[in-house]
Amino acid sequence: MLAIFKREIGSYFNSAIGYAYLAVFYFFSGLYLFLTSLAYNSSNLSGVFGSLITISMFLVPILTMKLMSEDRKQKTDQALLTSPTKLSSIVLGKFFSALFIYTLGILITLVYAITLSFYAPMEWTVIIGNILGMILLGGALISIGLFVSSNTESQVISAVISFAIMMFLFFADGFFQNITNPTIKEFFIQMSFFTRFQDFTIGIIDISNVIFFISFIVVFNFLTVRTLEKRRWR
Amino acid sequence: MIEVKNLCKNYGKKKALSDLTFSVKKGEILGFLGPNGAGKSTTMNILTGYISTTTGSVKIDGFDILNNPIEAKRKMGYLPEHPPLYPDMTVAKYLSFMFDLKKVSLKEEKKQNHIKNICNLLKLEDVYKRIIKNLSKGYKQRVGLAQALLGHPEVLILDEPTVGLDPKQIIEIRNLIKGLGEKHTVILSSHILSEVQAICDRVIVLNKGVLVADDTAFNLSKGEFCVKYTARIQGDETQILDIFKESSFIKDISSLGEKEKGVYDFIVEGQAGEDIDVRKAIFNLSVENKWVLLGIHTNQMSLEEAFLNLTKDVKETDIPKDDDLEVLLDQDSLVNKDDESDLKEDLTTDKIEEEKDVSDI
Repeated sequence: MLAIFKREIGSYFNSAIGYAYLAVFYFFSGLYLFLTSLAYNSSNLSGVFGSLITISMFLVPILTMKLMSEDRKQKTDQALLTSPTKLSSIVLGKFFSALFIYTLGILITLVYAITLSFYAPMEWTVIIGNILGMILLGGALISIGLFVSSNTESQVISAVISFAIMMFLFFADGFFQNITNPTIKEFFIQMSFFTRFQDFTIGIIDISNVIFFISFIVVFNFLTVRTLEKRRWR
Repeated sequence: MIEVKNLCKNYGKKKALSDLTFSVKKGEILGFLGPNGAGKSTTMNILTGYISTTTGSVKIDGFDILNNPIEAKRKMGYLPEHPPLYPDMTVAKYLSFMFDLKKVSLKEEKKQNHIKNICNLLKLEDVYKRIIKNLSKGYKQRVGLAQALLGHPEVLILDEPTVGLDPKQIIEIRNLIKGLGEKHTVILSSHILSEVQAICDRVIVLNKGVLVADDTAFNLSKGEFCVKYTARIQGDETQILDIFKESSFIKDISSLGEKEKGVYDFIVEGQAGEDIDVRKAIFNLSVENKWVLLGIHTNQMSLEEAFLNLTKDVKETDIPKDDDLEVLLDQDSLVNKDDESDLKEDLTTDKIEEEKDVSDI
């Protein structure tokens, strides 16, 4: 797993993807820091975190689109799948590499918080809750992207479909507002990433929300492993 | 070392492999021959665990590739048809990554020495720090071969290892593979028949997923087809042709023309059969008719001819269901002369090009 992880991290920075992702992420987080906090002489970072959710949804598919599909297109999957490495190690190596880059982006908010703490008192529980929530949310989004990427050779298709699924899951509660069946409505409310993330933004680390995101990560990584396994049996 | 039993692979309704059974001993170099779509790459992909079988089993040094994939894969180095290279990495980083991926247990210093030794062996020192996407096809092929050699696996599976190499490199790589065969078990596929003949201890010929021959290159080319002789006879050409054609020992005769004044060369094909020696028939007929027999020698069939004989067109419907393989393989009725002559023409062209390449060295 470590070999795959290191290769993928190297791959992000051998190409422009890693730099472009972080540059765009830092640019927008800085912009929102200025617009929602600094412009009002406020140390409240909730505006920054709120905006980062949307930015992540747009940027995570760029991180994940190549993870599996590129190997398939370049036929490098032959090297991976014929090596004495478990499929789960291959998938987790790729998953954690994307999560690492994503976390590098998120951690900029910690730099903002530490910098602001010299000038104003900070609500650290809210900040830690937000960062933890963002990492869990990112993990869930990455696992979806990774799964989609394992099903196609095209990076563009991978990115577009990942974005569509992420958007659907994010706003699942909003899409089904008018559904009369309470069970279905409740199901989509519970499945909504946005709803699940809300508690983190106010510093509440609800264990059910943590388990929800971790379950999502486990299920989609498992599905990715099964996809690779299935391809051998065609 | 490698045991393949009753291997079948279906892609949907298409039968890619039918009941393939063979084994490879330790230290043996086995060649896979067959036209495009014969199932060579499919077999190699199954052996390496890249794809699964529909039925049948593959054991590498006793480890089943499906039940003990990690142990089986640990013993193998694989160079697929398209070398699995990451174009964004340098040769050094790629080989280091592949080394780690293969879980070879060596300390960092020994690891670097091991990688450098393989690079020296494949003459990759000059491109060691270069990015793979900027390398020529020949270098990429050699990097692919280098990754297969990492960790000195006991079994090497090489799918067309000399594709893209220049003639000098081809000879170097052939010698290298031959050398590797002393310590490793090697399976290689190639379209270049002379390559298989030069390197391999044994040859397996596949046609449309069916194993049609399993023997040494020498035996394949002499085999049951070796009943042709060239005879140099002094006499009347027409009379010789007529009388030979009437003989019950001779299947066919054709003249190669006048070689000296009144002396002709003939290709004589005898009837098949253990008790028939066509050389005696040629001699006796010459004596009886008072011709002067100036020389006679065997025309050993080239591997190309053996290959053509073995890969005569097998119709889709004639691919054996399961247990009637042997019966089917004996049938001569499956010959498609047009296809055979087309393939022969292709092979002749390949051979001419190859000879041209070698003469360019």
